[in-house]
Amino acid sequence: MYGNTHITEEEAKRLNVLDEDTEKLAAFEDRIARGEKIEPNDWMPKEYRRQLLRMIEQHAHSEIVGALPEGTWITRAPNFRRKLALIAKVQDEIGHGQLLYSAAETLGKTREQMLDDLLNGKSKYSNVFNYPALTWADVAVIGFLVDGAAIVNQVINSKGSYGPYCRALERICYEESFHLKQGHDNVVYLATGSPVQRTMLQDAINRWYRPLLHFFGPPDSNSQHSEKLMKWKVKLASNDDMRNQFLDQYVPKIWELGLTFPDPNLKKNDAGIWEFSDPDWDEFKRVISGDGPCNAERLAVRKHAEEAGRWVRNALMNKNEKYVTPLA
Amino acid sequence: MSSLDPRVNRLHLKEGATGPVHTNSHLITWEVFHQEKRGRQHVHVGVVHASSPEMALIVAKEAFGRRGKTANLWVVKTEDVYTFQTEDEDMFETTPEKTFRDPADYKVRDRIEKFQKQQLQKV
Repeated sequence: MYGNTHITEEEAKRLNVLDEDTEKLAAFEDRIARGEKIEPNDWMPKEYRRQLLRMIEQHAHSEIVGALPEGTWITRAPNFRRKLALIAKVQDEIGHGQLLYSAAETLGKTREQMLDDLLNGKSKYSNVFNYPALTWADVAVIGFLVDGAAIVNQVINSKGSYGPYCRALERICYEESFHLKQGHDNVVYLATGSPVQRTMLQDAINRWYRPLLHFFGPPDSNSQHSEKLMKWKVKLASNDDMRNQFLDQYVPKIWELGLTFPDPNLKKNDAGIWEFSDPDWDEFKRVISGDGPCNAERLAVRKHAEEAGRWVRNALMNKNEKYVTPLA
Repeated sequence: MSSLDPRVNRLHLKEGATGPVHTNSHLITWEVFHQEKRGRQHVHVGVVHASSPEMALIVAKEAFGRRGKTANLWVVKTEDVYTFQTEDEDMFETTPEKTFRDPADYKVRDRIEKFQKQQLQKV
């Protein structure tokens, strides 16, 4: 699972200030235009490295924080098979975090520095994980729709230019197809179950509708997405394009179950573009800046894990070993 | 702090628990090679962090043996892997031009047919 990278105005400005060897830059851009991948030891512009690192790091944090809302229901899964599937899924998310931290490390920041920055608030994770899973139906909706949204994003990003990130994403997408299928299965069982189950599911869909629209980031009209990032294949599709692709794939799958989204304006227009009401972008900004329902708990849990596990890591440390950047 | 998650409640986390974050010195990395079936080659699949080769294998099993088939795994300290520099990649540039190493470059059928035609004309 993953959330889209949000680029601030300040970040976008920095991208336009390029102080690079023009010959090397041209060769680098030609290589990307030819569809070749960039590998860790290749020359790359400083901004390319910085933006990729920021993005992969955010993605990695999203995986390990994303395990928390779903983990909420492991102890109370409705039956043994659902419990096994949920444990497997949550383990996958942590595994995906590890794959992504390794990919980010090849760009020169250690995993421990990244975890520190998560805990001290310097780096972000996907906003969608700052919302609670109030009922078992929320787990179903997260597994189907949040993972569905994440897969749209990840499949697109796996066509990017940085080799280690693409390889990690290919493995992640392959594994997440199970997350999506078990989420759909869970949604369908609740939708075709008792009236109480249907109501519980509809309530969960209502709760997740706005966070799902927020998931792909602000609309293109006021988002600072940069042509440079597109040219470097760090970003491969605009926020609106990804959101539209998601709605196109998943809205019909909820409607066919006789369920609804809490938005009378949600519809596909004649041009094939999905229209919807303003999902309250101020709320998106508030939650991103720390004021969401679960931000404090998510970080407190991660911090507890860091502190409670420190003595184990210290005991394992071999001071004679020298850390080197991983190869790929 | 009260959570929906009973596991979190058991931790008795304090509200707004902050404090200095410690930067750990970090465990070294290991490159992981995965063998799908007996008889196949081991293929590089990624990296794990661990304090010893035994621990690296345990982590690698969790990270890269969760799906499909696995016959065996290797772990190698990243530091112990020797590689060419990526900028030396041009040393392999002319390899595809060495067609004398290519079986498809040896075509004799035309010559045989021409020879046979000549033999027939002699008769």
